[in-house]
Amino acid sequence: DREYNEKFQYASNCIMTSKYNIITFLPVNLFEQFQEVANTYFLFLLILQLIPQISSLSWFTTIVPLALVLSITAVKDATDDYFRHKSDNQVNNRQSQVLIRGSLQNEKWMNVRVGDIIKLENNQFVAADLLLLSSSEPHGLCYIETAELDGETNMKVRQSVSVTSELGDPNNLASFDGEVVCEPPNNKLDRFCGTLYWREKKYTLTNQNMLLRGCVLRNTEACYGLVIFAGPDTKLMQNSGRTKFKRTSIDRLMNTLVLWIFGFLVCMGVILAVGNAVWEREVGSLFQSYLPWDPPVDNFLFSAFLSFWSYVIILNTVVPISLYVSVEVIRLGHSYFINWDQQMFCSQCNTAAEARTTTLNEELGQVEYIFSDKTGTLTQNIMSFNKCSINGQTYGEVTDPLGPQQKKLDFTPFNPLADPDFCFYDDTLLESVKVGDLHTHEFFRVLSLCHTVMSEEKSEGELVYKAQSPDEGALVTAARNFGFVFRSRTPGTITTTEMGQTVTYSLLAILDFNNIRKRMSVIVRSPEGRIRLYCKGADTVLLERLHPCNQELMNITSDHLNEYAADGLRTLALAYRDLSEDEWEAWSESHRCADKATDCREDRLAAAYEEIEQDMMLLGATAIEDKLQEGVPETIAILSLANIKIWVLTGDKQETAVNIGYSCKMLTDDMTEVFIISGHTVQSVRQELRSGGGKKLRCPPPPPHPPPPPPPASPPPASPSPPSNLMDNISGEFALVINGHSLAHALEADMEGEFVSTACACKAVICCRVTPLQKAQVVELIKKHKKAVTLAVGDGANDVSMIKSAHIGVGISGQEGIQAVLASDYSFSQFRFLQRLLLVHGRWSYLRMCRFLCYFFYKNFAFTMVHFWFGFFCGFSAQTVYDQYFITLYNIVYTSLPVLAMGIFDQDVPDQRSLEYPKLYEPGQLNLLFNKREFFICITQGIYTSVVLFFVPYAVFYFYLTVLLPCTKRTPLFSLPVQTLFRIFPNQFHFVGSAQSTLLQPVVWLTIALATAICIVPVLAFRFLKLDLKPQLSDTVRKNKLRQKKRKMVGRNGRLGARSGSRRSGYAFAHQEGFGELITSGKNMRLSSLALATFASKHSSSWIDTLQHSTSMNNGFVND
Amino acid sequence: MGKVKTKTGPLARRPDNSAFKQQRLPAWSPMLTANTVLPFFYFMALICMFLGVWLLLTVQSTKEMKLDYTEAGTCDRCFEKRKNVSNAAQPCSCTVVFSIGKKFKGDVFFYYGLRNFHQNLRRYMDSRDDAQMVGRKKNLQTPSTYCFPFTTDQNGQPIAPCGAVANSMFNDSFVLTYHMPGGRPEKVPLLRQGITWYTDKNIKFRNPKTENLTLPEVFKGTAKPLYWQKPVYELDPLDPTNNGFINDDLIIWMREAAFPNFKKLYGVLNRAKEPFTTGLPAGNYSIEISYNFPVQYFRGRKEVVLTTLTWFGGQNHFLPIAYLVTSSLILLVAIVLTVVWWKFGKNGKNMEE
Repeated sequence: DREYNEKFQYASNCIMTSKYNIITFLPVNLFEQFQEVANTYFLFLLILQLIPQISSLSWFTTIVPLALVLSITAVKDATDDYFRHKSDNQVNNRQSQVLIRGSLQNEKWMNVRVGDIIKLENNQFVAADLLLLSSSEPHGLCYIETAELDGETNMKVRQSVSVTSELGDPNNLASFDGEVVCEPPNNKLDRFCGTLYWREKKYTLTNQNMLLRGCVLRNTEACYGLVIFAGPDTKLMQNSGRTKFKRTSIDRLMNTLVLWIFGFLVCMGVILAVGNAVWEREVGSLFQSYLPWDPPVDNFLFSAFLSFWSYVIILNTVVPISLYVSVEVIRLGHSYFINWDQQMFCSQCNTAAEARTTTLNEELGQVEYIFSDKTGTLTQNIMSFNKCSINGQTYGEVTDPLGPQQKKLDFTPFNPLADPDFCFYDDTLLESVKVGDLHTHEFFRVLSLCHTVMSEEKSEGELVYKAQSPDEGALVTAARNFGFVFRSRTPGTITTTEMGQTVTYSLLAILDFNNIRKRMSVIVRSPEGRIRLYCKGADTVLLERLHPCNQELMNITSDHLNEYAADGLRTLALAYRDLSEDEWEAWSESHRCADKATDCREDRLAAAYEEIEQDMMLLGATAIEDKLQEGVPETIAILSLANIKIWVLTGDKQETAVNIGYSCKMLTDDMTEVFIISGHTVQSVRQELRSGGGKKLRCPPPPPHPPPPPPPASPPPASPSPPSNLMDNISGEFALVINGHSLAHALEADMEGEFVSTACACKAVICCRVTPLQKAQVVELIKKHKKAVTLAVGDGANDVSMIKSAHIGVGISGQEGIQAVLASDYSFSQFRFLQRLLLVHGRWSYLRMCRFLCYFFYKNFAFTMVHFWFGFFCGFSAQTVYDQYFITLYNIVYTSLPVLAMGIFDQDVPDQRSLEYPKLYEPGQLNLLFNKREFFICITQGIYTSVVLFFVPYAVFYFYLTVLLPCTKRTPLFSLPVQTLFRIFPNQFHFVGSAQSTLLQPVVWLTIALATAICIVPVLAFRFLKLDLKPQLSDTVRKNKLRQKKRKMVGRNGRLGARSGSRRSGYAFAHQEGFGELITSGKNMRLSSLALATFASKHSSSWIDTLQHSTSMNNGFVND
Repeated sequence: MGKVKTKTGPLARRPDNSAFKQQRLPAWSPMLTANTVLPFFYFMALICMFLGVWLLLTVQSTKEMKLDYTEAGTCDRCFEKRKNVSNAAQPCSCTVVFSIGKKFKGDVFFYYGLRNFHQNLRRYMDSRDDAQMVGRKKNLQTPSTYCFPFTTDQNGQPIAPCGAVANSMFNDSFVLTYHMPGGRPEKVPLLRQGITWYTDKNIKFRNPKTENLTLPEVFKGTAKPLYWQKPVYELDPLDPTNNGFINDDLIIWMREAAFPNFKKLYGVLNRAKEPFTTGLPAGNYSIEISYNFPVQYFRGRKEVVLTTLTWFGGQNHFLPIAYLVTSSLILLVAIVLTVVWWKFGKNGKNMEE
C-alpha cells in the first residue's frame, strides 16, 4: 500500500555512499580538506600574502604547493568517489521483484519503498531490511548467508512469523495488510524488536524474522518479505560508519613538534619584529628620503607589526606543507612493500599480506606486547577428529609429526562416501564399526544427527559440509567416514546413510546450543518410530545430567577426557535418551508454551530444554585436535628474543591453552615456575597474585596504593608501581596462566596495577577462557599502564574487539570468516609472517620514518634560518635571500626526492640480518631513533648549517671586491649544501643571466666547497666517533657483514641454537598432576565457535557501548 | 607476456619477484670505518690546505686601494653643502689626492662604494618596475604600483624609470688623473661601458621601441626621477647609445646589493694608451669628484676602490684564510680521531656484541 506509506516519508531504497556529485565536489571537498589544520594554516598564509604591505613573498609561493597538495588529495578523493558512484549505481539498479497490486513486477532496487512486498529467489541479495513473510520452505524457514554483513560464511536460519508463513502465493500476500511497529533504525545487527498487528492480533517480531540487506538467500527457492527499512535506514548502511582512526606515536610526536616549531616560528617573528621596530626608529627613519614609509605605515611600531607577519610568511618553510604529504607518501610506499612481499605470501591460500591501514607502518617497529588469539592464529583452526572414547574404550592415537608415519586408514573400500582428506590412524575403531558394536554405531549416529551442519551434494557421493564451526565439521566428517553419512536435511528431516542404507529420521526438535547451556540436542524419530534425544556438549555439563546407572562408565570416560584435555585436544561428551511417545507429547506441549511466551521466552525455553535433557545415557567422548600453524614456535622464539612479550588470550580451557603454550614454546620446562591463577573470588585471586609476586620477588616492593580491604594473609603485599622497572628486570623464567574468572577480578580497578606488574614480570602470559570483551580490556589495561605499543593478532569475530582496541590490529585470514580481517590494520594468512612484518617491515618503516623526519626538519631549518640571519642585515625588512621560485619549489621539488627516496628505500641492514638479530628491534621499542632529543639534535645541526650557509658567503662577500654583486633581489645568492647535495638555484626566466654569470665565477665554487666542508666535517667526525666508540647493534651487524661471514654464522647459531634445541611434539606435554581435577571443576568449554561468534558479534558490533556495561558483564561471566 | 600465464593457479596473487618490489635494489651504504673516514679527513685537510695556500699566494699578488672620500680632501666642503636639501641642485665638485706605492699590473677596476646604504630593504627592492625597464610602452606611461610613491611626479607625469631604486641612483662622477713625476697630469682613461652582464644589457634592460624617434621623443610625457638632475635619456652625454634604460651605470645600480656596505663597478682602466698599457703605474693620483650623492642623511660613507683581479676575483683575504683555518681544524679533528680510534676503537673492539 504505497500511497499510505508515502506520507511517513520513509527513506527510499536508493543508497548514496558517494560523498560528492559533480557540482558539489569542489566546495565540499575543499571544505573537508580545509578542516585539516595544515591546510588552513597555509590558506591563512595565502591571505596574508595578498596584503601588499605584508607580502614578502608573492602569493604563488604558497599557492603552488598548496594547490599541489589540495589537487593531489582531491584527485584521490574524486577517484574514490567515482568508484563509489559506480558501485552505488550498480547496486541501485539491481532488479528485484516487487509485488504491486497483486502482480510481481521488476523494479530497480532504488525504487523499492518501505511497505513493499518483495519476492526473493535463491542466491539473490536481499534488497532492503525485510520482514520475512513466507518462504517456499516449510514453516516459513529460509537460509541466508551473512558474509557481507558480518563476514561469517556459515548459513543462518530465518523463520517467518507462523501466521504469515501460510501466505504462500502472491495473491494472498497482496491482500496482506498488517501493520508493523518497530524500533527506529539502528546499527545492531543481531537485534530487532517490533510488533506486527494483523487481523486484530499482535505478533512479536525478533531478529529471527528479519532478512537484512546485504545477506544472500541460500538453499531456499523463494521467499517473500515486507520492506521494513530501506536504503540508508538499513542495518548494513547504519553500520558502515567511519572506523576509529588510529594514530601512531610518531604521528603524535610529530604533531607536537610541529606545534613547537610553530611556536619557534612565532618567536623568531617576534624577535625580528622587535628588531624591525628598533631598526626603523634608529636607521630607517634616516633613510626616509630614499624610501619613505608607506602612508598607512606611519610609525615604526606599525612597521614592526607588519614585519612580524611578513616574517611569518617567509619563515613558513620551517612548518612545511609537504611534511604531511611526504609522510603519507612514505607510508603508502611501505604499505606497498608489505603487500608486495613474497615472503609473506601464502601459497596454500593464495593470499598475500595486506596493509589495510597505511598509516601505522612505523609503529610496527615499536611493538612491545603482542596479544594473540589461540584458535586460528597460533593454531590452524583445522580440526581433526583425533580420538574418541566409546563405552569406556579409547580409540585413536596421537599423531606425532616427527615420529614414524603411521598408516592412514583407508576408508574407501568400506565406504564410498568417505572424505578422502580425513585422517585416522587406529583401525580398531573401524573394526568395531564393521563388527557392528551397538555403542559404536550409536556413537556415530549421534555425530551424524546432532549438529547444525548443512550439506550440499554437488554430485552423487560428493558431499560438501557447511559447518558453523570447524569442530562440528570434523565430527560430522568423522561420522561420515565411519559409515554414518549425513546426506541432507530439511527442516523436518535428516537423511543419513548408515552403513550403506539410507535412513531418514524425522527431526522433532533442535535444542540449540548456547554458551550457557554448552550443549545441543536433537530429538528425532527414527523410521521405526522410536523417539530419541541425542545430545552432545561440554563434559562438565553433560556428565551432570546422566542417568545414575552411568556412574562407572562416567568415571572411565572422564579419565579419558582428562587425558585428552591434557593432550591439548578439544573434548565433547555424547549421550542419548530414549523418550516415550507420552513423554515427548508432554514435553513438546510445554516447549510450545515456552516458545510462544512473550516474556522471558529465552529463560522458559532453557527451562524446557533442561527438563528433557535429564537422565541421559552416556555414549562416549570425542577429542578433536587443533593443529598448530606452521612456524609458530620459531616465530614466538624470535619475537621474544626481540624483547616482545607475547600474551595469549584465548577462549579455550586452561589445559588446552597451557598445552598450546608448551607446544609453541611460550612455556618451557626451563621455567622456574608457572603460576596458575584460577581463583573465583576477589580474595583468592588477590592472594594468588600476591603469592606469585612474592615468590618471584625476593624483596617485594611496597604497594603503590593500599588496596581497600587490608590484605589479610600473604607476606608484605607485592603490588608495585614505582618499582615496575625492577619488576621488568627480574623477568626471568616465570609464566602466568590466568583464568577468565580470575581475570575478571584482576581487571577490577584496585587490582589492576598488581596484575599488570605481576604479569609483566612474567615471560609468558596466557589468559584462558576470556570473553571477547575481556580481551579488549586486557589490551586497554596494558595500553594504560605500560604506555607500550600493543599489537593484537586474531582471526575470529571474537578477536575483533581486541584488534580494534590495540594500537595495531592484525587479522589472520584463516578459517573463521573475515570479520577480524575487516577490522584489522594488517592481514595475512600465517602467524609466522608476523615476525617478518615486525622485524623486517616494521623495523625498516620505523627507521626510515625516523631518519626521514630528522632529515626533513634538518633541511627545513637549514634553509629557513638563513632568512633569520639575513634579517639582521637587511633592516629586518623581511627581504628574502633566495629567489621566490626557489622558496616555492624547495620543499616540493628540489628536496622532496632525496628525502622521499631515503624515507622509502633506506635499509640499514638487509632483511635476513634483522631476522637473525632480533635485538635490532629494540631501538624501536625504546623509541631511540626519533624523540625530542633527536629532534633537537637535528634542529641544532640545521641551525649550524644555516649559520655556515649564511655567514661563510657573507664573509666572503664582505672582504671581496667583485665585478658584480651577485646578490640581488632575484638572483639567489647562496648555494645550499644539504648533506652532500648541492642545489643550484633556479632563475626566474627573465633573469636568466644571473646564474650563468654567477656560476662562472670560481669564487662561488670555492665558497660552496668551503661551506660544504665546514658543514660536513663536524657531523662526520661525530658520527665516526659514535660508531667507533659506542656502535649500535645495527652498525655492528653491518660491519660484521662486511668483515667476516663466518663469525656471523657462529653468532647466529649461538643465538638460536639454545632455544630451538629439541623439538617437542605437538601436545606431548603437561602431563602434570591436578589437571584432571581442574577439568571437572571447570565451568566452560568451547563447544563451537558459533557460540563465541554470536557472543562476540554482540560486542563487536557495538563493543564500546557494551563496555559501559562491562561490570555487569563481568559479573555475569563470573557467575555463570 | 609470460606473466599473464602465471597469473592463474594457486600462485595467482603472488607478488612479483622483482628487485624493486622485494626491496633488493642494489644499494651503496658507506660504512664509517676508520679505513675510510680517517684517510678522507686527512685528504680533506690536505686539499683545503693546498687551496688555501694557493689562494693566499694569488691574493698576495693583487693590489687594492681604498679611499673614503666622504669628507676627505676638499670634499668636506661639498659634504657640508649636501647636508642642506635646498642646495641639491647646486653642483659641487672636489678633489682628493692619493698615491700608489706599487704598480697595479693588468686590468684595474674602479669601483665606487657606499656604506650603510640599505639597498636590501624589501620595500626598496620591490620599488621598481621591471616591465618598464624592458621597454614596455604601457608601463612607461603607467608605471607599476610597486613604484609608489615614486610613480608620478607632482604634475602627475609618470616617472621613468620609476621607483625608489632608480630614484636613489648614485650620481657622483669621477675623473681620475695621474700625476706623472715631472710630467703633466694625465687623465686616466676608464672604460665606462661593457661593464654590465650581457643579459642585463640586452635582455632585462631595453629602451622602448624607437621607430625612428629619438630617445627624448620616446620618453616624452615622462618625468625624470625626483632626485635626478638629468632625465634618463641624457645620462651619458658622450655616447648617445648608452642612454635610456640601457645606461650601464643605471643597470649596475639597479642590480641591488645584498648588504648595506657594497661596492659597484664604475669603470675599467682602458689600457690602450701609454703609460697605462700594463696597468696603473705607481705615483700620485687625484680624483676629481662631482659630489652629488648625499650620504649624511643615513650616516653613510662613500668611497672609491681601485683593484686588480686574479682568476678567482678581487683581493679577498677571507677565502684563503678560511681555507687554511678549516684545513687546520680538519687536521686537528683527524688527529684526535686517529688517537681515539687507536686507543679505544681499534680493531672494532666496541663492535663485539
